[in-house]
Amino acid sequence: MLYIVIAFLFLAIVLYFLLGGADFGAGIIELFTSDRNKDRTRKTMYHAIGPIWEANHMWLIITVVILFVGFPDIYSNMCTYLHIPLLIMLLGITARGTAFAFRNYDAIKDDKTQGFYNRIFVYSSFVTPLFLGIIAGSAISGQINLQATSFMDAYIYSWLNWFSVTVGLFTVALSGYLAAVYLIGETEDDNERQRFVRKARIMNILVVIFGGLVFIAAEIENIRLAHWIFGNAISLTAVISAAISLLVLWLFIYYGKKKIIRVFAAFQVTMILLSVGYTHFPNLIMVKGGQNLSLLANHAPAKTIEDLGLGLLIGSVLILPSLFYLFYSFQKKNELV
Amino acid sequence: MNDFIAARSQMAISLGFHIVYSCIGMVMPVFMAISHYKWIKTGNPVYKNITQAWSKGVAIFFATGAVSGTILSFELGLLWPKFMEHAGPIFGMPFSLEGVAFFIEAIALGFFLYGWNRFNNWFHWCTGIIVGISGIASGILVVSANSWMNSPSGFDYVNGQYLNIDPVKAMFNGSWFSESLHMTIAAFAATGFAVAGIHALMIARKKNIQFHTKAFKIAVVFGAAAAIIQPFSGYLSARNAARRQPAKLAAMEAYFHTRQYAPLVLGGVADTANKKVKYGIEIPGLLSFLVNDNFKNPVNGLDKIPVKDQPPITITHLAFDLMITIGSAIMLIGLLYFVALWKKRSWLSKKWFLNLFILSTPLGFIAVEAGWTVTEVGRQPWIIQGVMRTSEAVTPMPGIHYSFYLFTVIYFTLSIAVIFLLSRQIKMVPQLYDKVN
Repeated sequence: MLYIVIAFLFLAIVLYFLLGGADFGAGIIELFTSDRNKDRTRKTMYHAIGPIWEANHMWLIITVVILFVGFPDIYSNMCTYLHIPLLIMLLGITARGTAFAFRNYDAIKDDKTQGFYNRIFVYSSFVTPLFLGIIAGSAISGQINLQATSFMDAYIYSWLNWFSVTVGLFTVALSGYLAAVYLIGETEDDNERQRFVRKARIMNILVVIFGGLVFIAAEIENIRLAHWIFGNAISLTAVISAAISLLVLWLFIYYGKKKIIRVFAAFQVTMILLSVGYTHFPNLIMVKGGQNLSLLANHAPAKTIEDLGLGLLIGSVLILPSLFYLFYSFQKKNELV
Repeated sequence: MNDFIAARSQMAISLGFHIVYSCIGMVMPVFMAISHYKWIKTGNPVYKNITQAWSKGVAIFFATGAVSGTILSFELGLLWPKFMEHAGPIFGMPFSLEGVAFFIEAIALGFFLYGWNRFNNWFHWCTGIIVGISGIASGILVVSANSWMNSPSGFDYVNGQYLNIDPVKAMFNGSWFSESLHMTIAAFAATGFAVAGIHALMIARKKNIQFHTKAFKIAVVFGAAAAIIQPFSGYLSARNAARRQPAKLAAMEAYFHTRQYAPLVLGGVADTANKKVKYGIEIPGLLSFLVNDNFKNPVNGLDKIPVKDQPPITITHLAFDLMITIGSAIMLIGLLYFVALWKKRSWLSKKWFLNLFILSTPLGFIAVEAGWTVTEVGRQPWIIQGVMRTSEAVTPMPGIHYSFYLFTVIYFTLSIAVIFLLSRQIKMVPQLYDKVN
């Protein structure tokens, strides 16, 4: 049952990256769209994510719940040593979620308040994945120091280092890239599609640049990232297949395929997560000078894992089909309209 | 402000606001489904207009409730890591199920809000009902988790170790039923009166009278019925507290000295220095009767509890009295409504009658906050009753007062924003939802 729970944990994390990440990405795309085209982009975006965005963010809740029920040591250490980035991420989530809902449900759509919501929405869409990335980066960076005695060592340097920050920027670029690729298939307007293709290209370049920076930062901080990723067959295969699928994706875009490319983009992100996740498994949090926090060693008692696994299995029977139907029906109806 | 007080204040602020968003978020979908049903059955467009107008409110509250719920799921760890480290595996079961219920609610809400003219009417209606059911289920599950802190079970606490953990037993702890029942009814009473009050105000201002009258009726029937049955569930809760948390009950009643024919004290101010209640009205034997089913047997007072294990008495007592006073008031108003409905229909459009409801708009929520204060402050100094002290659970990170100020600002801003949006929704009813009337 422990492995089922762990599988759900990874599933929730991957889906949050793919779906929640694309949501943040939509805000990032909006941030980098010229004023002339903003309204149009906003409309397409709303059309695409309106019905599903609340559900997309539930994966974060599922992740947190699995962590605190099943792996309480890991959760409480994360919450203690990454308190500050978690707090900033929460601010981002709050600002973003409410601004998105408010701008759609404000009964009077005057420019002044709409502009206000838009600004909050786009900036928080940038900040939230940045800090999500920083948190993820910090978890694997090995900079968390359980023996720290000073405030700076315990609560600041655990996450404020070159590696975590570049992982944050990489996450932002990845979110923007996902959103741009998803949005290519959401519009029937050729000019707009060209715009999204351009955005996807820029974001793709940024992904590569920031990915490179992550490696450089890892060198600076003495993190053996290259070894993690190229040092074992599965991680290496994952990265290589992501790279190959990137070429295929641009080929498909060139030939005007709009929907299938999403699968490739999602595949690439999943492969990146897989390559990092696999090399560290079963450890989830690397710590400085101590025992890493492991999913296989630091879990809740067997009875809890048993019940949690059962709850997740039953829950997924209810959630996954209805979620699938939600995506399906709005995708289909959007095509008809 | 020290870090411990800051952490408690931040938690109080977060829950204090979240409880309002989530009560409305779980009850409004039920109102919405009723009016939706009436539209499908009668074909009267006014009901469709009401459903659409309310669904906007639901969306606003759901979004706010969802983010404040996300904040809370992290705050548990950010502020109380030691508590979560031990309690997570024990009382986490209802949280994981709540995660599922909440997820289903989000999916159903997506269908409902964007499903107008896209789906078959009954399918669409069902998605609305699912929003309501999963919302209420979420509420019950979260309150069950809280009730575990009041009556911990499902583990053995041996030499500081938590052994033989059974999450299912922990979920169905001794207080889960009385506490969830009390909270669910409270949510209906508070939301019912709040919604009815706003529509009553619009009727009094002679705006879209037909629309607001129908909306008022749906809300007030639930609110009034809930307010009338609430004292019975309150009785169950109080008896449960007497059995499992005698210190809480004694603090609620500011009941200092154990004695026979224990009196129930109405009102009054607790004088903790002299261990007595000033200006209260005593009804001899009633507390004994409520707790023991007879007027004579003694009820344990605060003198039986070591001072270091006593909750803050003044606050708990005051909050309890406030809750009881408001509860009684809205119960009477509720009764009056049913009298009017059956015997005195002319009252329904009278100015004084509407004013009564306008004035009671916030009352239910004040009672909810007071009741929440009773249960949380009344449990102190424990975070897990009798097992772990709140002060042992707090995060080692210094400077929590900054995060307390920050969250206070956030929650006030959010609430102002929600009120602003709702007032704009109400202002636009004639243009957006009810054009003909």
